Amino acid sequence: MSKPTTLFEKVWADHVVVEETTDTPAVLYIDLHIIHEVTTPQAFSLLRDSKLRVRRPDLTLATLDHSTPTTPVSTFRDLLVAGEGAANQVRQMEQNCAEFGIDLLGYGSGKRGIVHVIGPELGATQPGKTIVCGDSHTSTHGAFGALAFGIGTTEVGHVLATQCLLQRKPKTLAINVDGALPTGVSAKDIILAVIGEIGVDGGTGHVIEYRGDAIRSLGMEARMTICNMSIEGGARAGMIAPDETTFAYLQGRERAPRADAWDTAVARWRALRTDEGAAFDKSVSIDAANLTPMITFGTNPGMVVGIDEPVPESADASFRKALDYMQVESGKPMTENAVDVVFVGSCTNGRLSDIQEAADVLKGRKVADGVRMLVVPGSELVKAEAESHGLDKVITAAGAEWREAGCSMCIGMNGDIAQPGQLSVSTSNRNFEGRQGVGARTVLASPATAAASAVAGHVADPRKYA
Amino acid sequence: MKPVTRIESRTVVLPTRDIDTDQIIAARFLTTTSKDGLGKSAFYDLRYGKDGAPKEDFPLNRPEAEGCNILVAGNNFGCGSSREHAPWALLDYGFEAVISTEIADIFRNNSLKNGLVAIVIDTDTHDWLLDNPGASLVIDVESTMLTLPDGRTVPFHLDGFARYCLVEGVDQLGFLQKQQDAISAFEENRPWQP
Repeated sequence: MSKPTTLFEKVWADHVVVEETTDTPAVLYIDLHIIHEVTTPQAFSLLRDSKLRVRRPDLTLATLDHSTPTTPVSTFRDLLVAGEGAANQVRQMEQNCAEFGIDLLGYGSGKRGIVHVIGPELGATQPGKTIVCGDSHTSTHGAFGALAFGIGTTEVGHVLATQCLLQRKPKTLAINVDGALPTGVSAKDIILAVIGEIGVDGGTGHVIEYRGDAIRSLGMEARMTICNMSIEGGARAGMIAPDETTFAYLQGRERAPRADAWDTAVARWRALRTDEGAAFDKSVSIDAANLTPMITFGTNPGMVVGIDEPVPESADASFRKALDYMQVESGKPMTENAVDVVFVGSCTNGRLSDIQEAADVLKGRKVADGVRMLVVPGSELVKAEAESHGLDKVITAAGAEWREAGCSMCIGMNGDIAQPGQLSVSTSNRNFEGRQGVGARTVLASPATAAASAVAGHVADPRKYA
Repeated sequence: MKPVTRIESRTVVLPTRDIDTDQIIAARFLTTTSKDGLGKSAFYDLRYGKDGAPKEDFPLNRPEAEGCNILVAGNNFGCGSSREHAPWALLDYGFEAVISTEIADIFRNNSLKNGLVAIVIDTDTHDWLLDNPGASLVIDVESTMLTLPDGRTVPFHLDGFARYCLVEGVDQLGFLQKQQDAISAFEENRPWQP
């Protein structure tokens, strides 16, 4: 009998074009390359200068998300809301895609959106694929049992030209999450607790596999939230073995296999699981039953506590520096902090179920005076779907802004930013210094916690707004 | 790529842990379509105050940092985003090497592909370097040895292929393109098509 292997090892082995040696990395084939306007211009310039073509435009999915305004766009002038540089990047992307024969899901397509939202919703993200993108949150697609990770622009050029990457095989880290998730606690709280446990470098050099009955019980959008933040624990990729939930999500989607091809694909996908007895390099266990809503207090996602716990103490210089920046005090709960801005959106929490979760809290309530709340759907399709459920009405009736799809305030490249010193409760993935604007103080939380905080006017426990 | 075999310089030290790529280069500087000229934006919000004046106490702004081309940073340098603008900015600023006890995966990959020597050393040596800013070091890429001011040498970690590419100035795209036949064979023979 062959040696038991992990899910990751199966997908890796299926894509090795040339095996790695002590002297050289493996040549790994890439099944889906997702590209956007910010991390590709220099790669296209390289191709142009070297007189190279794109090897597989059919395996390249292109969209516009990072530099796009979240106000309506119908002309080039409308793009200037995000600034001249951002507008030029969008125009450059349109030209590059046209020149190299890549179909761009841009303005007018009705399918534009955040790279990690549109891949899954179009059914392009599938179990067992290798998926890369010049964006570290590419780990999101691992929720389908794909091996998906972020790459730099040089590597974007490599994939455009050869559809392959030079890669060293990473180690494996099992994260077991068992137990029943309490009411009011969501996938975002699970992953924040995981990062709090392993630290922001706990996964460096590893691919995570999320396992256990608490993970199995989650829907696909929640699983994407978990895998999305693998990189915040230092792991380039996070994976979840595909199951009936995965297949039900994919069936009938635009780019999913159809008819006989569907049955063949599902049969292949069912084999994508870690064998009994397969070894991981490291493993960590979390009890879901003990989790509460989580909230960050510092300047990285590992600096996180339960919503009713006090901010911890430490004499460490980096820790003190983070608390000074955040203007929070050890020994006090985060709920004492007044809120200026609330952002619901991003590749972490910008899908229909996330917007629904926020709308459930907002329904019949008002955003507190002096708080600005932005709700930004992850894609044009998410926006249309949310509107068909009337969620936009709930959101605007509460006094929040319902905006156009894009990365928006997660990265603050498009003019959607918080002002210096403002406290932002955000459903995004990074609370780094200045991430949402120079001097802005970001607190990461679930959509329910974000919405509850908008209503309360201070960081709030969503269980009190159920 | 230009070969990088040996770096000799004094150090500048940023002791903070987990310095992320947003600190190295903030997102508002990413609306460019070129790699050039990003050095002026490196560590911008750490280097300059709200009024745009340099913060005198920031290590890079101190007069003794002039001409220091080796950056010694706290553990887990370069965590966060995949933006290659981070190593482009550090190179354009004048850095040739980054030393830490841990360097985030994507940032390290991006750095090495651009000739920024991102290396990992042991905790004791790292502690000494954090305590002694301005130390004169020699980084020998070929032998993967770091020489301290007292002449002592310590090994550092660098992937063998990355070292080969640095020392020989190998363009990794060229290396991949030599595998075209194997790639075509893989595409034709795989049991399923994406």
